[in-house]
Amino acid sequence: MTVPLEVIGFGGDAEPGPDDDGARIIEGRSLGQIAWMRLKRDRVAIGGGIVVVVLILVAVFAPLIVKLLGHPPNQFHYAQVNADRQVPIGRFGGISRHFLFGVEPVNGRDLFSRVVYGSRVSLLIGFLATLLSVVLGTVMGMIAGYFGGWVDTFISRIMDVFLAFPVLLFALALAGVIPDSASGVRGNALRIAVIIFIIGFFNWPYIGRLMRGQTLSLREREFVDAARSLGAKRSYILYREVLPNLVAPILVYSTLLIPTNILFEAALSYLGVSVRPPQPTWGGMLSDATSFYQIDPEFLFPAGLAIFVTVLAFNLLGDGLRDALDPRSR
Amino acid sequence: MRRTGTTAIVAVTAVAALVLTACGSSKKTASPTTSASASSSSSSAAPATSAAPVGGATGFNAGVGKVFNVSTQKGGTVTMANGGDWDSLDPADMYYGYEWDFVRLYGRSLLVFKSAPGSAGTKLVPDLATGLGVATDNAKTWTYHIRPGVKFEDGTVITSKDVKYAVERSLDKDVFPDGPTYFNDQLDLQGYTTPYKDTDPAKLGLKAIDTPDDTTIVFHLKAPFADFDYFAQLPATIPVPAAKDTGSKYKSHVVSSGPYMFGTNDLGKEFTLVRNPSYDASTDPDTGRTALPDKYVVDLNVNAADIDNRLLAGDLDLDVVGNGLGAAAQGKVLADPKLQANADSASIARTWFSVINPDVAPLDNIDCRKAVEYAVDKVGYQRSYGGATGGDIATSLLPPLIPGSKKIDLYEAAAMPSGDMAKAKAELKTCGQPSGFSTNISYRAERPKEKAVAEEMQQSLAQVGIKLTIKPFPQGDYFKLYAGKPDFAKSNGLGLMVYGWAADWPDGYGFLDQIVDSRTIRAAGNTNLGIKIPAVDAMLDKALTTTDQAAREKIWGDIDEAVMQNASVLPGIWAKGLLYRPPNLTNMFINDGFGMFDYTTLGTTKK
Repeated sequence: MTVPLEVIGFGGDAEPGPDDDGARIIEGRSLGQIAWMRLKRDRVAIGGGIVVVVLILVAVFAPLIVKLLGHPPNQFHYAQVNADRQVPIGRFGGISRHFLFGVEPVNGRDLFSRVVYGSRVSLLIGFLATLLSVVLGTVMGMIAGYFGGWVDTFISRIMDVFLAFPVLLFALALAGVIPDSASGVRGNALRIAVIIFIIGFFNWPYIGRLMRGQTLSLREREFVDAARSLGAKRSYILYREVLPNLVAPILVYSTLLIPTNILFEAALSYLGVSVRPPQPTWGGMLSDATSFYQIDPEFLFPAGLAIFVTVLAFNLLGDGLRDALDPRSR
Repeated sequence: MRRTGTTAIVAVTAVAALVLTACGSSKKTASPTTSASASSSSSSAAPATSAAPVGGATGFNAGVGKVFNVSTQKGGTVTMANGGDWDSLDPADMYYGYEWDFVRLYGRSLLVFKSAPGSAGTKLVPDLATGLGVATDNAKTWTYHIRPGVKFEDGTVITSKDVKYAVERSLDKDVFPDGPTYFNDQLDLQGYTTPYKDTDPAKLGLKAIDTPDDTTIVFHLKAPFADFDYFAQLPATIPVPAAKDTGSKYKSHVVSSGPYMFGTNDLGKEFTLVRNPSYDASTDPDTGRTALPDKYVVDLNVNAADIDNRLLAGDLDLDVVGNGLGAAAQGKVLADPKLQANADSASIARTWFSVINPDVAPLDNIDCRKAVEYAVDKVGYQRSYGGATGGDIATSLLPPLIPGSKKIDLYEAAAMPSGDMAKAKAELKTCGQPSGFSTNISYRAERPKEKAVAEEMQQSLAQVGIKLTIKPFPQGDYFKLYAGKPDFAKSNGLGLMVYGWAADWPDGYGFLDQIVDSRTIRAAGNTNLGIKIPAVDAMLDKALTTTDQAAREKIWGDIDEAVMQNASVLPGIWAKGLLYRPPNLTNMFINDGFGMFDYTTLGTTKK
């Protein structure tokens, strides 16, 4: 595996090897090891990373968590709601030992369970949409950057077109006409797939441009020349020589793109074009809560805080990763 | 002010006492004005409690049964907002009650409901006509005379031909799919379909309407129809000058015959009404219009919660749709005696219900439909509409304030309001689906209350194994493209369709005809979402030829019973609206003809 020369062994702030009576053992360290060491020292980034891991675990084990600490997310609890005014009976939006985040007005659904289940949609769409744009962007960017010429011109123009596209409007229009089932996928699964596609497919030019620039400079480097002169095939060079050098920016960009996509999904849910009720989503909960904010403001907080914490955690982790992988950008 | 506070407490207690009791006690809280309760059947008990201060100028329900804040002060601007949009501003193409209330500002139909509080509001009075209809030929021919000197906004004198043309164009349901079909169904059309394909040079080829001179108009019906005066108040009789008619584009500039005309009209966003210089109040002695404000501003497609908040904050005068405050604002008003003093709880001739679609398997089996009837949590339905303030649990389709309604409770809505799961399971077994089945429920996406209903039904029906998938559709196209389009509803398996219906006028025919007569079902734009019962059609026909009023009213109750026996309607609640009345508005009252504030009499003190 080839790695950029500047980084190897430099690491001005890399830890010195263990001192052993003047005999310094000089270890070769990979880029990954060095970055990990730097990252470990960044407490904020580690904090963000822990929150991210916890969120992922929460999403994966949502049924278990809800079973232990909450009620089924769509179950009604009329006893928790004032029948005349339709607001939770308890203080602070009905927060109690049994309802950790309080209950929803009118029907008394457990907000804790709904936030927990809401994380599944948000994270799933956030991750998969990011994966889609990163894969597309990397492939297109590498091709454009490496081959240059008319290929580059062509792909770059396509990127310009995509960047000029009003994604939100397109998403609203498309989500309005999603059928019940298509190619064997039904209902909410289909809606989620379509939303992932919309978000992922229209976001790839951002990362595509980044990859194109990186590839442009990489292809002029000596190790690429060396490989070429040894008769390596183009596919080999792209895959074995160029791609490994793009891992760092891909990683950083992905971590920063995920929260953007989560916010975009929340916006779509808020506008009512994401999954169908009663499946909880954070954006959908916020949308429901806006009609109650004057008499039950507590309804806004669980979903609002969930979005806030998630986006913040991903951003902190992303910043930390960037600093660790590319200290010059600090 | 103290008195107001006490009143509020009395009212809240009354409401609270009602929460878990079902319809039995409902009539006692009916607002003191419900005209029908006076004339209607024996079951209406005490003549209403004194929730409203007698003769008081302010307080809860001060706009029910009397005029609140009487004033003759002219001037000012009234601002209104709509959570969605009009079907159309074109008088031929509108069907919501608020649209008919509002259209009187810019159009004059032959007759109108009098703008007066209490039972007087359900009386028809002449507007463009000089008097009520004169029936001849055993009520098959109806003659009206046009008031002389009434002019369009451009100063042209209105003739009977303009009225005839307006009715003719309203027959064209391809161009105007949203309007009622009363004229299509009752006039002796002889194959006439639309003036847009009329070979007559004046486009007045319809033989069912004669205009022997400029002030006389004669309607010829297919069959005797004793209630024809109610048709003469339809917005479709608002005159339209043929020369200015642009078909489906006419809505962007409706030529006014009323006290106001369109100032600006940005379709889907905002329009304004300004005074019509050609309107002469001396030609309008009977209707009670006061035309106090100088201007009306109406914002469209405003977020529903926003409307309520702006109302309570005083930036907005009226929610033009008139369905009452949303759950949030309602809670706020009920919790605050000061706000409650500015509110009116109006009983409305409206039922919120769902149709159980007999076109969709397995609901084509009556026992499967009955299972749904038994299993649904009626209390949950009521809570979705704001609890007891939103209305009383309905046990049948016909609202109690309509003359002829009787107590029908076939599915234990009174005894077991939270659902009778044992009976539901038994019905499921009978219909061959012992473990339940799956179907879909549709509602109008812009309406949080209907969303709450859909979610509530999904929960209660799941208890007997009936799985619902929830499908929201935009309200503007709900009847045109989705629930009201039988092909779409069937192919998309919409087994339950949430909506509601208000009497077109407080009369059994007005309430029932467009929602239970199977012969009104057309390719799209239906308001009858699938009720097809031959016996009901026959009873409707019989009612139309029954000239004895008591006998005719009895038929409405019988139709209600037959529909419930067929189990194709899941009654939700008989609505009450909690309407907010900003203190700056004057001359406010609930018009019982529409079940909401009368828009033609109010004024404002705000400049």
